[in-house]
Amino acid sequence: MVAQMKQDKIYESEELGSGTDGVAQAVRLADVDVFAAYPIRPYTGVMDRLAKFIADGKFDAEYIVADGEHGQFEIGKHASSVGARAFVGSSGTGWLYAMEALAATATDRLPVVALVGNRALDDPGAFGVEHNDALLVRDLGWMVVWVSTAQEALDTTLIAYRVAEDPAVQMPCAVAMDGGYLTHSEHMMKVPTKEAVSRFLPRYDLGKRVMHPDNPVSIAPQINEDWCMEIRRQNWEAAKRAKGVILKAYKEFNSVFGSNYTNPFFDEHLTEDAETVVIGMGTVAAAAKVAVNRLREKGEKVGFIKLRWFRPFATEELRKALSKAKRVAVIDRDFAHGGPDDGGVLYNEVRSALYESANRPKVVDFIAGLGGREVSIDDVIQMIKTTETSPPSERIHWVGLRERKTEGTGTHVTMRR
Amino acid sequence: MTSSQESKKEFANAKLYTSVHNIDLEEFYSSGHRTCQGCESALVMRDFVKAAGPRTVVTGATGCMYVANTSYMTTPWVVPWMHTQLGGGGPSAIGMAAGLRALMRKGKIKDEKINVINFSGDLGGGDMGLGGVSEALMTDYDLLVIIYDNESAANTDIQATNLTPYGAQTTFSPTGPARRIMHSKWKKNLAAMMAVGHPNCKYVATACATWPPMDYMNKVKKALTAGGPTLIHTLDPCPKGWDYHPRYSGELGQLAIKSGLFPLYEIVNGEVRYTYDARKQKRVPVREYLEKQGRFTHFINEDYELFQSKVDEMWNNWEVPGVAPLKGILKVAD
Repeated sequence: MVAQMKQDKIYESEELGSGTDGVAQAVRLADVDVFAAYPIRPYTGVMDRLAKFIADGKFDAEYIVADGEHGQFEIGKHASSVGARAFVGSSGTGWLYAMEALAATATDRLPVVALVGNRALDDPGAFGVEHNDALLVRDLGWMVVWVSTAQEALDTTLIAYRVAEDPAVQMPCAVAMDGGYLTHSEHMMKVPTKEAVSRFLPRYDLGKRVMHPDNPVSIAPQINEDWCMEIRRQNWEAAKRAKGVILKAYKEFNSVFGSNYTNPFFDEHLTEDAETVVIGMGTVAAAAKVAVNRLREKGEKVGFIKLRWFRPFATEELRKALSKAKRVAVIDRDFAHGGPDDGGVLYNEVRSALYESANRPKVVDFIAGLGGREVSIDDVIQMIKTTETSPPSERIHWVGLRERKTEGTGTHVTMRR
Repeated sequence: MTSSQESKKEFANAKLYTSVHNIDLEEFYSSGHRTCQGCESALVMRDFVKAAGPRTVVTGATGCMYVANTSYMTTPWVVPWMHTQLGGGGPSAIGMAAGLRALMRKGKIKDEKINVINFSGDLGGGDMGLGGVSEALMTDYDLLVIIYDNESAANTDIQATNLTPYGAQTTFSPTGPARRIMHSKWKKNLAAMMAVGHPNCKYVATACATWPPMDYMNKVKKALTAGGPTLIHTLDPCPKGWDYHPRYSGELGQLAIKSGLFPLYEIVNGEVRYTYDARKQKRVPVREYLEKQGRFTHFINEDYELFQSKVDEMWNNWEVPGVAPLKGILKVAD
């Protein structure tokens, strides 16, 4: 009975919504002060929903339709600088059009939260998901977190504000979700009450850096070689502190909302005794979990890790989670042409993390689902089999490519359906 | 009523200066900047913030008034100031104005009038950030964008912009035996183009910081009380970029106006008011202005003549002289 009453106060409703709906609900509940929009598929649903909230009198914020993503993200940055909680978002090539503002938002340490509806970069045009857009801010001082359900989108957006605005962090945070597969697919989600959210998320306070006549500061003056290294170092330290703040935030989120996020950085699915572990980000988790379940039914020791936070990267935690694994299959919904071993971005991050591991499992890379192509359950099963049987020299595999007459060479092997 | 009396009534809240003796002595842009001798853009900074007063927040786009102006630990700004990206001027003003409005409406900060001002150079505001300035002028926020125009990318070594005058030598537009005139674009008609295209914008002005006295500062005061988004385009003589002795900055600004080359006006609710009417005055030959600057030393007679003919056309043939290069198509219809 008590639990039921508590439940009533925490959630105001349950609704069927897409990933972008989840983020929109969180932005409303977080009492965001300023949001700026510019259209590009597939992230735009979040702005449609927020605009409708305003029209219906359910949300009080300044809403600006910008002149392009560069302006849109500059608006977010400078709204944040006067102490207003700000929200922006984009996809694919639009996210890149904002890149200069993205970089400056991070170096200015302004805790803007942005949605990235992952989309393939031009050219040629493709609406579907690829993770390269969000990954392009990975070195700039943005936190980047992938979500894979509408509920997770809602929860994570609230957590993103909490972590980003923490005085120990004050870094912007990108909430990334797979274009199409999550931006446009609907799930049941529980929508919290404003009261519960306000218990979790304190007021945004930029402190001594706020732009207000009562606080006459000069922000981001020209520093040159005199101070650049020290300021970069401060940003680096903030990024290092973020992990501890994330842990604390999830703990409090669980306690306020009764959620069950045990490890903020990644979800583990049947990994405990797994000899082969698949790692992926975003909605590929659904197919991967079913694939793992099917192989488990046959007695195979396989597991799956859904990586949530890409920045900060959970190096220690991953090392620990993979300390018994013999083989790791990384699903890269991205490309990194000409990089180490010609592998994808996530592959090289995971492999780098495992370099200092006592147990150095074999790591195999699967470039899959680019441009929005589906990654099926059978694809993942095939990836696991390839990981178990392929010779060590064959590390990079492109999944589901069309047949072509000239064969691939070297370590690049094509898995065909 | 004279037009100055009308102006006083219209901008009753602007507290316009009527004499140089009642200009405030307190500075909000003080020592610490490293701008050149004779820099008029620095004066544009000092005067706008003096006219605006201490309840003001400012963003400065990348440009010479960022790099030379605001070095770490020696900031000249007494009011809050923040850098914005080269093309970010307009959006930075929107962001601040939107943030302040939301915070005041929701009771999160005290509700009061805070001036929101962005300054961008001719490269940042007039070229790269033009779309963003346009977006700012499309909003209903109280904000002012000042485009300080020293007719080149003065921070990066004097490169041509679209506001560099025809024929001027810059590092991007040198002169040589094969091409005497490299920069063959006529200067972008910035202020008027912005005034014409933005229905929400109630006040657009051109100005020169030094002449006529108080004119620029009073325009800033008017812009800040006009309501909604506003724009001021200033012409800033630049000793380094224009190649002349720093002592002539004031004189060159005056000549640009008195020759009719830089029209001085304000557009209030769509009504054009000349603050120096080059139609009614005997215009100084443009050659007098051009010859005082090293950037035009390669000019020959035909260049001076072209300049003069363009200026004369602007004042004699345009439907709205000095402002809009349209020639009365509607009148011809019948």
